[in-house]
Amino acid sequence: MHRASRVLSLSIVALVALGGCKRKQPEVAPTPVNNPAPPAPTPTPAPPTNTCDAACMAARDAEAKAAAIKAATAALTATIYFDYDKSDITDDSRAKLDAKVPVLTQNTAVRIRIAGHTDSRGSDEYNLALGQRRAAAAKRYLTDRGIDGSRIEIVSFGEERPTCTDESEGCWSRNRRDEFEITAGQITAVQTSSR
Amino acid sequence: MTRFLRATLLIAAVIAAPLQRSAAQDTLQQAVRIGLRYDPNTKPGVLVLRVAGVNGDSLRTILQRDFDYGDRINVVGGDEAGGFPDSPTAGKNSNYPLYARLGAVALVQATPTASGLHVAVHDVAQQKVARVKDFMIDGAPNSREWRMSVHNVSDELEAWITGVRGIAATRVAYVQGIRNGKLYVIDSDGAFPTPVGDDAGAMSPGWHPKGTHVAYSVVGSRGCCQIYVYEFASGTARRIEAVGGGLNSTPVFAPDGVVIVYTHGEESGTDLFATTVFERGPARRITVGRGTDNTSPTFSPDGRRLAFTSGRLGHPEIYISDADGTNPQPLTYSVGDQNYRSNPDWSPDGRLVAYQSWQTDGSFQLNTISLRDRSVKQLTSDGSNEDPSWAPDSRHLIFSSTRTGSKQLFVIDSESGKWRQLTRNGGVRLPAWSPPLAR
Repeated sequence: MHRASRVLSLSIVALVALGGCKRKQPEVAPTPVNNPAPPAPTPTPAPPTNTCDAACMAARDAEAKAAAIKAATAALTATIYFDYDKSDITDDSRAKLDAKVPVLTQNTAVRIRIAGHTDSRGSDEYNLALGQRRAAAAKRYLTDRGIDGSRIEIVSFGEERPTCTDESEGCWSRNRRDEFEITAGQITAVQTSSR
Repeated sequence: MTRFLRATLLIAAVIAAPLQRSAAQDTLQQAVRIGLRYDPNTKPGVLVLRVAGVNGDSLRTILQRDFDYGDRINVVGGDEAGGFPDSPTAGKNSNYPLYARLGAVALVQATPTASGLHVAVHDVAQQKVARVKDFMIDGAPNSREWRMSVHNVSDELEAWITGVRGIAATRVAYVQGIRNGKLYVIDSDGAFPTPVGDDAGAMSPGWHPKGTHVAYSVVGSRGCCQIYVYEFASGTARRIEAVGGGLNSTPVFAPDGVVIVYTHGEESGTDLFATTVFERGPARRITVGRGTDNTSPTFSPDGRRLAFTSGRLGHPEIYISDADGTNPQPLTYSVGDQNYRSNPDWSPDGRLVAYQSWQTDGSFQLNTISLRDRSVKQLTSDGSNEDPSWAPDSRHLIFSSTRTGSKQLFVIDSESGKWRQLTRNGGVRLPAWSPPLAR
């Protein structure tokens, strides 16, 4: 998987090339205004072919890359959750943090902020400290795996910014969390499976 | 010094400090008390005579309510219909026996003057005036300043009558709003809730020992927190720069009014730090929490020790240490499932620490623990009760509670359990009772 994967660069902007790939044309052609390539809808049924020319390939790559960037962004900003009054990284959170590591490794310009939160139970003041400890725990997990600590800012909101306000375990468990936000740089390098 | 000897000396210091203080206070009390005779197991009955003038009813109502809220005086009514003369006559044909029959051991006779209030306190048993004084009253009638001046009269009269100064001339700082709240102060009787500064996200106010400033933290849009000090005289707030970045919360003034101790955290837990407030100085670390949470400090009245919340054993408990962080030791211990205690506040007389204790039903209740024998007393049981802060009399506490619905502030008399609601707007928390504000 690793050998087969490759790193693409966003500099390949393949919008123009998109028109050249008939297999990928949408069923209802959007009649692109600023796309000079294909003249009017061509009803002539082109013989279906399994070959994909260079432009078609580039477009496929661009699509795959866009999807991969989206997935990488989702992985990097995925929220992790904690047990009550704990800052230990759970097994579930470990998998989510592991998925963030390659994104950060490959995109060295990207900086993130980790915000620790707590549920509404407990002391308002102690919860600020607990939120800080949760953010620090996630940061430590990432820096232990080679990410430069100067790229990761941590803050706490304690119980001051809940995602829900019911007094129930269902809500409390959603509030005991670390949120991840990209504060600088863009994800441009992603892992994609080779064709 | 052996460990045993050190421990012994520390325990001796813990025991001795409150004793010394209370002895000093008794001396002070005797100097102002007028020596009324009444059963020490009861509250002395005091009748406030009708007060002449346009604001007479307001004045009398404030004095009576202040005495009632102080819980050391039994306010004697009975002349609301105006059945008694405004001024008692001494000697023959006096009304004193009538007042005595109503249960009054003292009469308060207040007469408005050009600059304020002339007050005479009568000893009913002795049938004579025990003490008189002319009080200055500031501001327009029923204004904030005017009411505070009248509260000051109440407090001094309480000292004359009971030996203990009242707590009416005080205010409570608090946060209005459960999230993104703002700082307010309110008079001790619930009058004039007034915004302080305009910071959204304010938390954890702490008073300067002279009542001139309030320190607090602000949770910004990018997380917790920075520390500010608001000056009442100028109406301005200033950020304390020495605390640096990261988490900075729960500031408290040391009794010297020069130093604040606060919580600071970056990547390895939170610890207590100290710095100077009015001149920029270095931030000095106090606790060594080794990656755990250490927060919500409170000073002993002599400034030599601190109590604080620490999670160093895996869950929050109350600890005490010397003011420089040395000799930390747990003050509270887990009992069964009750393994969460926080938000300590050291009583001004040095004897007790109040705190909140998590219950198995999911509520917090307020407790006090004695520094002398570690005996614990539970003060509340209705609703969830948090954030205790002592009044200057070391008897009343302000706290937030859900007992009547949304979080509100309440005052409880720790001796009788009697309580009253102070605020009426929903979502109020983190109260701090001021020192005496009389000038």
